[in-house]
Amino acid sequence: MTGKVTVTLKVNGRTYSADCEPRKTLADFLRQDLGFTGVHLGCEHGVCGACTVSIDGSTARSCCMLAVQAEGTEITTVEGLASDGNLHPLQEAFWKHHGLQCGFCTPGMLATACELLEDNPDPSEDEIREGISGNLCRCTGYQFIVDSIHDAARQLRSTS
Amino acid sequence: MKAATFEYVRATSVDQVVRTLAEDEDAKILAGGQSLVPLLNMRLARPTTVIDITRIDDLSYVRRANGHVEIGALTTHRLAETSELVRRNVPLLAEALRYVGHVTIRNRGTIGGSIAHADPAAELPATCVALDAELVVQGPHGQRVIAAADFFQGYLMTAIEPEEVITEVRVPVLAQGTGCAVEELARRSGDFALVAVFATMTIGTDGTCQDARITVAGAGPAPVRATGAEALLKGAAVTPDVISAAARAAADATDPPNDIHGPAEYRREMAAVLSRRAITKATNRANGGV
Repeated sequence: MTGKVTVTLKVNGRTYSADCEPRKTLADFLRQDLGFTGVHLGCEHGVCGACTVSIDGSTARSCCMLAVQAEGTEITTVEGLASDGNLHPLQEAFWKHHGLQCGFCTPGMLATACELLEDNPDPSEDEIREGISGNLCRCTGYQFIVDSIHDAARQLRSTS
Repeated sequence: MKAATFEYVRATSVDQVVRTLAEDEDAKILAGGQSLVPLLNMRLARPTTVIDITRIDDLSYVRRANGHVEIGALTTHRLAETSELVRRNVPLLAEALRYVGHVTIRNRGTIGGSIAHADPAAELPATCVALDAELVVQGPHGQRVIAAADFFQGYLMTAIEPEEVITEVRVPVLAQGTGCAVEELARRSGDFALVAVFATMTIGTDGTCQDARITVAGAGPAPVRATGAEALLKGAAVTPDVISAAARAAADATDPPNDIHGPAEYRREMAAVLSRRAITKATNRANGGV
């Protein structure tokens, strides 16, 4: 089928359904068809990490996946991180430590950092740097991003 | 940066994949998509049909059978990397997988996909060659099993026929007293290797080398098995001099590319350095060190 196909999936807890061509990436589908513009598109070939989202609980680069492949999955974008008007502890830490400058890499950084802290609640600085090494910050503000993740890890450990 | 149009087929069985491949010679198999989707986006690949195999049941598993660890082709890198069975029985594979891209890529990328793609700088093809793995492929005439040494034939070229698909990787369990090590040089964490060396050393109770396997990635159009280096090590007491000679032999076996990322002579020199480190580390590990 080269015509349009219907893709139904959950984003941030809500079910969406839209028609798209099979060649459309999940990133474009989330942005253009569903309006989740927090999914940022940098390189579109799996190098920069800006389009990272969580799919069924694991991070993935939404530019390296077709929208049709996401049929029936549950996705979390940066728009779904805050709850009830309260920032996620990672977002709070990024705000506090100037973890974002232009903000372009931030949604991908947050998704990656979320998974990193789930897998390793007490990462060393080296582990954090390794963890975010697939996400490029062209402002090169890595030090503040590392500080933010470190602080968020502390916060999350003290509340859990 | 948008893919050209193609027919999309969501396959539900291996038979359907084989049939669809037979119907369209320009069809491409899509698994985790970490290599293919970027190629589609850049229009470096323009298949007329994309066969999505990610919804086929029963191709994602890690199990032990007949002295092998068997890994289903659709098993993600991350699943294999974190598998206790892989860590215990073929630690070289677990260590090598940590060098494949980043966690986010390993969450989606599949074992079968990396092997079918056959990038000579990638970790999995070289690891398969080092471990004497076998690749199980299925085609219109049934199943066949191909040794990794015969499988990788050149740059992005494998022994898979156009109508075949990889279904499983079989990795022989490593012998007791075997130490493994991966040494990789890349520009950035997660990048393809400029050069990477994969080594296993089996050391007997008398301290001599019973078995050695050395493979180099990024050093030719396909993974290079350094048989000359292995011959120098086997049966020898593993002294620093022997290791240096073996490392030099490993480098001499390479035919590295010359490109913007590094000249051939640099890569060859790095193959020697990394081989020396990998053989040393694998030997120490075989002797109970870290």
